[in-house]
Amino acid sequence: MSQTKYLIIGSSHAGLSALDAIRMYDQEGPITIVTRENSLPYSPTVLPYVLSGQANPDRVFLRDLAYFKENGVKFINGSAVVGVKPAANSVTLDSGDEIQYEKLLLATGSAPKVPDIPGLKDAPWHVLRTLEDALRIRANAQEGQAAIILGAGLIGMHAAQDLAKAGLQVTVVATTPQVMGQYFDDEAASLIERVFVDNGVKVLTGSPVTHVTSSDNACAVSLENGLDISADLLLVAKGVNACMDYLDGSDVATGDGVLVDDKMRTSVENIWAAGDIAQGSSFFDSAKIMNGILPDASEQGRIAGMDMAEDPAVQPYMGGISMNTYNFFNNRAFAIGMCGTSGKLACLPCGLDNLGIDKMFSPSSMRYQKLVFQRDNLLGAASINTDIDPGVMLQIIRRRIDLGGVKERFASNPMDTGRLVMSSTWR
Amino acid sequence: MGKSYKTIAFHPEKCNGCNDCIEACARIKTEMNAPVHSRVNVVKDPDDAVFGISLCRQCGDPECVMNCPAGALIKDENTGVIQWDETKCVGCLICTLSCPYAGITYNTETQEVMKCDQCGGDPACVKACKPGALEFNNAAELFNAWGNLEDLFVPGISACLGCNSELLMRHTLRRVGPNTVLATPPGCIAGIGSVGVNGFTATKTPVFHPLLTNTASMLAGARRYYNRIGRDVTMLALAGDGGTADVGFQSLSGAAERGEQIIYICIDNEGYMNTGVQRSSTTPYGSWTTTTPVGSVLRGKTQDAKPMPILMMMHNCEYVATASTAFMDDYYEKLAKAIAAAKKGMAYLHVFSPCPTGWRFSPSELIEVSRKGVETNIVPLWEYSKDTARLQFTRSVDNPLPVQDYLKLIGKFKHLDAAQIDHIQKSVKRGVERLEKFARVDAFENNQEEAA
Repeated sequence: MSQTKYLIIGSSHAGLSALDAIRMYDQEGPITIVTRENSLPYSPTVLPYVLSGQANPDRVFLRDLAYFKENGVKFINGSAVVGVKPAANSVTLDSGDEIQYEKLLLATGSAPKVPDIPGLKDAPWHVLRTLEDALRIRANAQEGQAAIILGAGLIGMHAAQDLAKAGLQVTVVATTPQVMGQYFDDEAASLIERVFVDNGVKVLTGSPVTHVTSSDNACAVSLENGLDISADLLLVAKGVNACMDYLDGSDVATGDGVLVDDKMRTSVENIWAAGDIAQGSSFFDSAKIMNGILPDASEQGRIAGMDMAEDPAVQPYMGGISMNTYNFFNNRAFAIGMCGTSGKLACLPCGLDNLGIDKMFSPSSMRYQKLVFQRDNLLGAASINTDIDPGVMLQIIRRRIDLGGVKERFASNPMDTGRLVMSSTWR
Repeated sequence: MGKSYKTIAFHPEKCNGCNDCIEACARIKTEMNAPVHSRVNVVKDPDDAVFGISLCRQCGDPECVMNCPAGALIKDENTGVIQWDETKCVGCLICTLSCPYAGITYNTETQEVMKCDQCGGDPACVKACKPGALEFNNAAELFNAWGNLEDLFVPGISACLGCNSELLMRHTLRRVGPNTVLATPPGCIAGIGSVGVNGFTATKTPVFHPLLTNTASMLAGARRYYNRIGRDVTMLALAGDGGTADVGFQSLSGAAERGEQIIYICIDNEGYMNTGVQRSSTTPYGSWTTTTPVGSVLRGKTQDAKPMPILMMMHNCEYVATASTAFMDDYYEKLAKAIAAAKKGMAYLHVFSPCPTGWRFSPSELIEVSRKGVETNIVPLWEYSKDTARLQFTRSVDNPLPVQDYLKLIGKFKHLDAAQIDHIQKSVKRGVERLEKFARVDAFENNQEEAA
């Protein structure tokens, strides 16, 4: 059995930012980082770009071995954790080895959800979550083939674009009534969908799948509306689940993910969780939410790392805000905070009244912008092809900046007014 | 000690919105001056004609780097610049979501992100900025240099939270160096432990504790002794305003008149702070102290502060200067001049030293208060040297902020009425006019004749 002071499981953004935060305060304490991946650390976010060929798979790594050596970190790759024993302060690896820790961070992320559709289990389907997945799909995808993508979320639409650009005939099949429903409202979604259609992608929304039939090297998807579509390549992109099977029997409290407090502590002493696996507080209400996005993983990892190292400068987690940027066929979009479908806005908890929505929707120029206010605070911002800065909007939301005196000006010129507001916060 | 780096600083009050920076940036990056290619942008507030800037701040703990999924953004350890590697960038735009200042933006023509790289250490925007609103700030280099000097005070002394005097004495002794005899009369500097606790001193230099009345004369005697035995040792006094302007004044005045070879630094926190916030002769007009209370009749101190630095200039000291902790580069330059001047005669530094405890403001506001005191001309920064017999401002006194910008930060002024504020504003103006006269003419007639 080996021993370490800090043990980090998972080597993507949450794990790495925890590692940096620990080393910022504690330059000596032994750190071990374990990943089931065979490679150096990388980000799942880069995978659609590996699939598209934009990113060179040999150059996507976020750290190298020299970095771990310089920082006194033991890096163990190709090893999955299969069990956690809090009573013994130890974890068990798939090799049977045990590692004893003083402080443990769970940052094992998430894995694709595979829906329970009759016939799917027997079909040759793909998911896109690891570097191996991306390379495998790339190797399988050939020009002229037909591809079906189940799911119209960020990963599904990304993959649809990549495969269409690679010359495949792509059909996106979604149960939801619109694409990208996690981030965008129906109007924004209609613009995004149109760009995909214009680029030769078939988009079938509101189309539940009844069953999947497979033959030698192909499969067919049957929809509830009676349509059958066949394809050479089937990609399942129906969202993700937290990777936490290995916590069975560990007493770590879980819901949809591992439940954490505002210092990323789990219910069990000396165990923290951060990133896609963590279910932490929401910025807008008292709910515990899964907010599986990259910037949040970094933020949570940093807080966990600081708390593990007992850095007195640690600040509590402010709560997750949904956000993303999205670049599709040379169009750019982003969505931050409360700006989704009208249904989502209606779900706001009590107290969030007096909402004001300022919207620009111009299908002819392929532009869209939505700003959601509660009194003089910005709660959400979304854009397609406008010049407003997502980072500026995020800070105005996150810092709850009172736009009182400049609200009208902000609504009419959010880019300049937002930049001015943020500029004044810095010297 | 961590390393710090050069930054491009923006002074909004100097910006005139000419956009020369934007053109210069676009031209050096693309050989075209189309603003779309500029990494720096200026925005104007239409209500009050104030300008803001969007520009990469080359953050110390950059979120854009932390959040880049492709490893395309790296903070250069040598220059501090966040470098963008276009061969790794995948165009996901998460960096634009991570930057609070629009310092990395999407270029609609190149369809790539772009950001400032400080032009490899010689930024074109700064050179193009005629009004001086953009400054390539070298404070970081100074910080690195000072950080390498030895701190000659031990850690763990018992100053109040946010104490300016502690900051000053540590910096001062770093610069003056170990070949020093230090005198700290009764006051905060002695009280927080420099002269020792339980038989140990808190300094790594010899230190002694004169009476409140005789700091300058004891130090002068020590210097004369070292001169006699042929050793060149720096004599340094770190004294409060009470020990300098009130009860210590006669010995100081005598030493100055005799031209004793000492550095005398008055750390002016405008009152007797370590004995419970009593007034001194440098306590400013209107200020609350426990002996100038605020009630139905009295509204704080009724006299103006004694203009100590001018009095010392009129002794024709070898070197006299004022300083503030918010302008440390200025202070370090003046310390260097004081060290050189004390080889010949007296160097007197008068350092503005806001006190969170006695003045009633948050410790976190210390540097802000120190800065606003200077920016409102309440504490003009200047120096005088015997060689030129002329006063020189080391920071412009033009376009000062209104005194309210300073007064409103501080609890001891919170009772001031309009008439009192008006009195302060007028006396600040008069004080600057008086200094400007000294800046125009030689302070002593004999030098004026020589100059003629």
